[in-house]
Amino acid sequence: MSGIECRFRLDRHNFSLDVDLALPERGVTALFGHSGSGKTTLLRCIAGLERAPRGFLTLNGEVWQDGSTWRPPFRRPIGYVFQEASLFAHLTVLGNLRYGMTRSEGSPPSGLDHAIELLGIGPLLNRKTDGLSGGERQRVAIARALAVSPRLLLMDEPLASLDVKRKQEILPYLERLRDEMEIPIIYVSHSPEEVARLADYLVAMEAGRVLSQGPLAETLARLDLPVRLGEDAGTILHAMVGAKEERWKLARVDFPGGSLWTPDHGYAVGRSVRVRILARDVSLAREHPLESSIQNSLRGTVDAVGDDEHPATTLVRVRIGESLVVARLTKRSAAALGIAVGQEVWAQVKAVALLN
Amino acid sequence: MALSPSDLQAIWLTVRLASVVTAILLVLGTPIAWWLARTRTWWKGPIGAVVTLPLVLPPSVLGFYLLLAMGPESVVGKLTQALGIGPLPFTFWGLAVASVVYSLPFMVQPLQAAFEAVGERPLEVAATLRASPMDAFFTVAVPLALPGFVTASILTFVHTVGEFGVVLMIGGNLPGATRVASVQIYDHVQGLEYTEAHRLAAVMLVFSFLVLLALHVWRPKPKRGE
Repeated sequence: MSGIECRFRLDRHNFSLDVDLALPERGVTALFGHSGSGKTTLLRCIAGLERAPRGFLTLNGEVWQDGSTWRPPFRRPIGYVFQEASLFAHLTVLGNLRYGMTRSEGSPPSGLDHAIELLGIGPLLNRKTDGLSGGERQRVAIARALAVSPRLLLMDEPLASLDVKRKQEILPYLERLRDEMEIPIIYVSHSPEEVARLADYLVAMEAGRVLSQGPLAETLARLDLPVRLGEDAGTILHAMVGAKEERWKLARVDFPGGSLWTPDHGYAVGRSVRVRILARDVSLAREHPLESSIQNSLRGTVDAVGDDEHPATTLVRVRIGESLVVARLTKRSAAALGIAVGQEVWAQVKAVALLN
Repeated sequence: MALSPSDLQAIWLTVRLASVVTAILLVLGTPIAWWLARTRTWWKGPIGAVVTLPLVLPPSVLGFYLLLAMGPESVVGKLTQALGIGPLPFTFWGLAVASVVYSLPFMVQPLQAAFEAVGERPLEVAATLRASPMDAFFTVAVPLALPGFVTASILTFVHTVGEFGVVLMIGGNLPGATRVASVQIYDHVQGLEYTEAHRLAAVMLVFSFLVLLALHVWRPKPKRGE
């Protein structure tokens, strides 16, 4: 068995966790949900910081917990990044980085060098931890977790305690991490933006239970069990930069089924990018709109219609080639257009976010 | 101003007793404080109260019970006699045992507060970095709680130096064995040797003041795990 398999049931006085999951062995799995949804508790169960009686957990077939086995956290080959950096105040930055490394068997010093390089903290090594900025502290904490050469990296909202600017400082490092690490990463977040940027696989949680799970683009496009994103409802397309139009500073991104023009952010032609399209930025038309300020019109077929959070609106999923886009319409305009499954429509995309 | 040989003997005995008691309590008090700081069991309340009891009990009451507990007819007394140590009361080690009980809260309480201030998180971090609980205790909890250890040791030492009632009950007044400085002063006063009493009292006063001054000036900053 490859990947992570886990079953946990935990009853607390005002909360219960009940999950049964199989997670992929590579890439970033986002545990997504509001606070109190149980995502951090689940992560702590996987780390062994929380012990769910009669729980079950394997990594690539290796049993960490079952009826007769219990591996305490310090015997699990994990890296864990807490919400607050939680650096050891009595050690320097280097002391923090070496703490776990010297204790993990078969963790080569090159792992430490790589972690230092990956997080760009070389200049900080001899500093004391209390002089670091919030962003620097969290980068050190991530490097400290990587320096033990973990086989599973667990991250509990590593950006939640940082302001917007610091978040933007760290996100590129996390993207590098995702692209360069060959281990599974489980990333707890309540931020749709972080999930859209970082995740490959999505597990949406609510009240201690799994609401839906699957590959990111697929799961976000599900209407039957909508991941409750509210204003952030939307889809992800895996695309590639196909061409550029220097005169208008635009770049064309191609995805299976069509292409879109977006402001040119300097990504090279041929580079793969994630495109995020929010449901509120998509409108539908019956016929090809000839004169409109919206340049991106994609032809597709209505593939599903689902309820939205507000009773006045509806979510309409449109299949464009192999890709899916979701539009948020009022029920009145959906009725006026006669929206129904199988119908051909033009999806007008007002705004597109290139994520990397 | 010269101290007499018997005064010096009493001071030396006092320092020896306080050092021995502080050392024993560091070993004994640390696990108790650690347990009290982290346990969630129902027992935390009663045990915590017992540990704090010497703080409020009259030393004579405490001394009386300890005297009975260590007496030749008691379990402890029979044990020490069987081991060839002999009865503990009116010996240096009997005094040390009694002082350990008497000064227990002065070691445990600052340590418990220091461990509570360190909190759970640094230990969880250490666990995710492959440190066993014992390893994490010595390499994370103890260094982070170091100011607490300093405060607790100083308070224990000073408190043992200052004890009187328990000494009288358990130790009596044997030169070189149980006659500590506070008892020596008492003796001087009983013998109307006010000049000698003044000298020794002044030494005690200055010593205590300097220690407390040091504690206040060098106020250790508690280190947090965050």
